[in-house]
Amino acid sequence: MSEHATLTGIAAPLPLNNLDTDQIMPKQFLFGIDKSGLARGVLYDLRFDASGNARKDFVLNRPDYAGARILIAGANFGCGSSREHAVWGLQQAGIDAVIAPSFGEIFYFNAQNNRLLLIALDEAVVAALSALASDAKTNQLTIDVANQRVSTSDGTHYAFDLPQRPKRMFIEGLDMIGMTLADSDAIRAFEAKHEALHPWMKIDLPALRNKQAA
Amino acid sequence: MGQTLYRKIVDSHTVFHVDDEHVALYADLHIMNEYTSPQAFAGLAQKNLPVRCPEKQMGVVDHVIPTHPVAVDKRTIMIGAAAQQAANFTRNCAEHGIHLFDVRDHAQGIEHVVAPEIGLIRPGMVVLCGDSHTTTYGALGALGFGIGTSEVEHVLATQTLVYRVAKDMRIVVDGALPRGTTSKDLVLYIIAKIGAQGARGYVVEYAGSAIDALSAEARMTLCNMTVEAGARGALIAPDETTIRYVAERIATDAFVAQWKQFASDADASFDITHRFDARDVAPFVTWGTSPDQAIAIDARIPRLADEPVAQRNASKALDYMGLDANQAIDGLAIDHVFIGSCTNARIEDLRAVADIVRGRKVAPSVRAMVVPGSGMVREQAEREGIASALIEAGFEWRQPGCSMCLAMNDDILQPGQRCASTTNRNFEGRQGRGARTHLMSPAMAAAAALAGRIVDVRKELEHV
Repeated sequence: MSEHATLTGIAAPLPLNNLDTDQIMPKQFLFGIDKSGLARGVLYDLRFDASGNARKDFVLNRPDYAGARILIAGANFGCGSSREHAVWGLQQAGIDAVIAPSFGEIFYFNAQNNRLLLIALDEAVVAALSALASDAKTNQLTIDVANQRVSTSDGTHYAFDLPQRPKRMFIEGLDMIGMTLADSDAIRAFEAKHEALHPWMKIDLPALRNKQAA
Repeated sequence: MGQTLYRKIVDSHTVFHVDDEHVALYADLHIMNEYTSPQAFAGLAQKNLPVRCPEKQMGVVDHVIPTHPVAVDKRTIMIGAAAQQAANFTRNCAEHGIHLFDVRDHAQGIEHVVAPEIGLIRPGMVVLCGDSHTTTYGALGALGFGIGTSEVEHVLATQTLVYRVAKDMRIVVDGALPRGTTSKDLVLYIIAKIGAQGARGYVVEYAGSAIDALSAEARMTLCNMTVEAGARGALIAPDETTIRYVAERIATDAFVAQWKQFASDADASFDITHRFDARDVAPFVTWGTSPDQAIAIDARIPRLADEPVAQRNASKALDYMGLDANQAIDGLAIDHVFIGSCTNARIEDLRAVADIVRGRKVAPSVRAMVVPGSGMVREQAEREGIASALIEAGFEWRQPGCSMCLAMNDDILQPGQRCASTTNRNFEGRQGRGARTHLMSPAMAAAAALAGRIVDVRKELEHV
């Protein structure tokens, strides 16, 4: 069993709907050419005031939530911009899982590709987990990915759906590009057929620009 | 049972089925910018993989580029990190033989403005880009959607994407849009109705007489912002408007008959259908920090909901925006006007602004800026006398780029500044920390620039 199969840690409540990736990773942290240095940027305006001082009342700055590994968020978490920096940053800040009623779609796939675990649960369950996480005495959660359940410190279990593919991606970690390239012959065969059938879809940008310049 | 347009495009681009939910989807075109591609190129280098189809890639520097009104061949990125990112992009594109619209290219512009205007977007295509507003291309009957950087790398290496097939939503809008309203008002109206996640998990196909009547560029605005309802894509079946737009750019005669097949069959079934009447649309303005927090210009900001999370969200938004529940939006003083972005910086948008401001003056309290969507849009606006009308009215006439839509360059608002903006996102901090964004149409933003406050453009039009 992989080390990714279960996850236990402090859960921090962040009960806001539509928390977009601009807020999760603001623009000033997007200038890198690698993935490093993004922990500082996570939820920056919520964590730090205009002078750059930590806001003491923000959940992730409170001592009871030091080392939090799980966020309990609102609906449509990660909506907006496609920036994968939001996922990289959350992971660099120590977050391994986010539980919410729903997730922005591009963020959802970005998370999968980086093994950031996203768990969608009914709003009422998320509200219950959020309430438990709001109390430092009960803010520990265990997520059993293999058996697809979240367990709270009072022994309650909540089952969650996790389709086969994201589950495998999370537990095993898949070489997506390698797997697709193993089917290179199929891609080549498709391409020939596709371009014959739909010739206008065949793009050759350098040739087009040369023609337009002529 | 017939097929939807969406399924036809997916089926025609399915290389193979990965499992019950996922297909390997072929990308006819992949567009990249400087900020969501660097780690993808680094990943390829690490795996020692080539770019599979360099000729099917397009690069453009748009997010970090400054828009100061210097000559094109003098354009320079002054901020160190941004300059490094752009230089890295130039190197990556050169190394892999990818055509790049670089900083000093006359055709440089916002990716979603450049690609259609040079004839790269054609009906039935699949177009991918590491940018959420790739949904724009549905306006021309092409399936476009945003992807993350890991997926950018996957597309570079394989020209395919492992893709979860979405559900089908149809939005039918019949009737004529009233005078003074545009497809921007329509899309804000729709998002307000269905919510910021109302189309999450769906690809939306628009239909109805109001959609038929929209120009290709107006359709781009509509499809562009459909992602703000959470949609995975937006589509409009190709018609004469589409054909005319594409035919002005590339030779199409041999193909047009085939394009007509890219339409939903009469008996196609949709998972959900919404119907709206265009006559209900008024000039719309956002009051909050999510694009679904929008109201008609003559309406009042809603009272707070009872449900705790929704209530917390709305009161947080109002607090950020410096507004109160039940307050009117008409008459609200602004500091800044921004005309630009992949949503509303095409030539028709600039014409709409010029029609309102020609011969008049921007209010002295307002800084107003026009950032055309591309070098080609800018040149056309100069030829048509739009640029001079805007400059005479007191607008700054800038070079193209994403600019203040997301403020990754030096076009950034100060805390507390209130901006009438033709962009797509009113998120907290989007245009600068503490900055207050009100999304609206170009005509509404133009009227706001003149008045120094948010006003009803329909009243302005009485004088035009």
